[in-house]
Amino acid sequence: MTKIFNNKTKELVKNIDCYIENVSNSGLIFYNGIKAYMNNDIEKFELECQRISILETEADDMRRDIKHKLYRYMLIPDSRGDVLGLLETLDGVVDTAEKILEQLSIETPLIPDFLRENFIELAEFSYKAVDELIMAVKAFFREINSVDEHVNQVLFFEHEADNIEESIKRKIFQTDKIPRFSKKLHTKYFVEKIALVSDVAESVAERLSIYAIKRRI
Amino acid sequence: MIQILFFLSSGLFLGWSLGANDAANIFGTAVGTKMISFKNAAIICSVFLIIGAVISGAGASHTLGKLGAIDTLAGAFIVALAAAITVLWMTKAGLPVSTSQAVVGAIIGWNFFAKTATGYGSLTKIVGTWVFSPIIAAALAFVLFHLVKRFVENSKIHLLRLDSMTRIALLIVGAFGSYSLGANNIGNVMGVFIKSSPFQNIVISDLIHISSIQQLFFLGGIAIAIGVFTYSKKVMMTVGSGIFKLSPIAAFVVVLASSIVLFLFASQGLKHLLTSYGLPSFPLVPVSSSQAVVGSVMGISLAKGGRNMNFRILGRISIGWVATPIASAIISYIALFFMQNVFMQDTFIR
Repeated sequence: MTKIFNNKTKELVKNIDCYIENVSNSGLIFYNGIKAYMNNDIEKFELECQRISILETEADDMRRDIKHKLYRYMLIPDSRGDVLGLLETLDGVVDTAEKILEQLSIETPLIPDFLRENFIELAEFSYKAVDELIMAVKAFFREINSVDEHVNQVLFFEHEADNIEESIKRKIFQTDKIPRFSKKLHTKYFVEKIALVSDVAESVAERLSIYAIKRRI
Repeated sequence: MIQILFFLSSGLFLGWSLGANDAANIFGTAVGTKMISFKNAAIICSVFLIIGAVISGAGASHTLGKLGAIDTLAGAFIVALAAAITVLWMTKAGLPVSTSQAVVGAIIGWNFFAKTATGYGSLTKIVGTWVFSPIIAAALAFVLFHLVKRFVENSKIHLLRLDSMTRIALLIVGAFGSYSLGANNIGNVMGVFIKSSPFQNIVISDLIHISSIQQLFFLGGIAIAIGVFTYSKKVMMTVGSGIFKLSPIAAFVVVLASSIVLFLFASQGLKHLLTSYGLPSFPLVPVSSSQAVVGSVMGISLAKGGRNMNFRILGRISIGWVATPIASAIISYIALFFMQNVFMQDTFIR
């Protein structure tokens, strides 16, 4: 019986670790994609778009598999709901990142040169928020006491991303370099979208801190 | 044979109710939180309960025997019946009840009726143990909780691995708890029948000796096991999902601390070991597993900083210490009177 337990457990631990790694990679691809777009490296950008799309499909399959196994093997009855909730909300991070790159690829907004560095910086803070979130999730599974530390870092990076978002928006509406109002709105839309990744990371982190309190013995 | 079975029936009924109620103290949280299936819990609980009762049940029963030596089957029948009625009545009234306290009260009732002196030395020993067992359980749970918490936090084990380890730990500690429950509480169920045991010693070879007491305890163990299989699931679900909201790891600590308490007050081996080193030993006395569990939960509550301490439960336990034996003694006395004078059965040897 112990052996069966161990095999099932090992398999699921591996699945969950893979899933978390997948989310982590999506954050990095998102950042690299935005950077490539802002640097006019469209070939690399399209490559990142393809990569994140594949990752998103894989993540969905993995999540479904983990969900089925958790119920089929009757594991962690106490925190099963929380773990599934966590994995589902974590999926939102990958979805959001994928959608933004896809929309950039479809709509190809014209970003003025003086804002490009700001966009990269915004994407960097969104990515950092995701990266800290991944650390918090890993801690939730293995080192419950350090979850709060990482969650605080996520909140910090989200706040920084908010500040940059606001400053870019101000620049967009104060400048004469973007002549048409519709273009200003289009640019603002992408600022909000890129910042959205950090917002999603923040909402997952907030849920996670509650799950962590529940998990403490 | 029919007469023997009839007279033993009250003890067997008491055993059934013990199995129905007290198995939940050992496996309640594990089954209620679906960490262990009821079937696995019931099998392990029954097997180890019977082993504990047959191998190690004599010690605590001996103390009950010293309190009052009931010497006829009819007397033993009434004493066990009075205890069973008290348990049933108090449970219906929603009061925390211990089989040990009901049996002690019923024995004292018999002592009064038979005009036999109550072994006050044994009585003080028993009552003292009732008070101390939840306190010891609380102290043990307090220490164990800190140790387990430190281990879990420092070992950085994955949640899923921790889950499977907890399941195995709950099974092991459940087996130990069942053994200790059988050893400690079989005296309550069958102790009063020892003096009037209808069984003969069985000697199969030089190695296998089955005493009449062990046969009696085996029968009692089976009654307890039937109680576990037929009725304990409902109680387990209530314990696991309602009264105490414990995490599986905290449940492990509660069961371990309570089981150690039951073991300390039942193990003749431990008593001999401690005595051989000139150390003070624990008296072998049937204690209440429910009260040990409540003590352990209090210990965990204290370890968590004393939040959510329910002092009303402590008050209710104290009421149980006084109310249960008195009610049981009165029922026993009245029932003995009827058995002796209406049904013309000797309830004691004159």
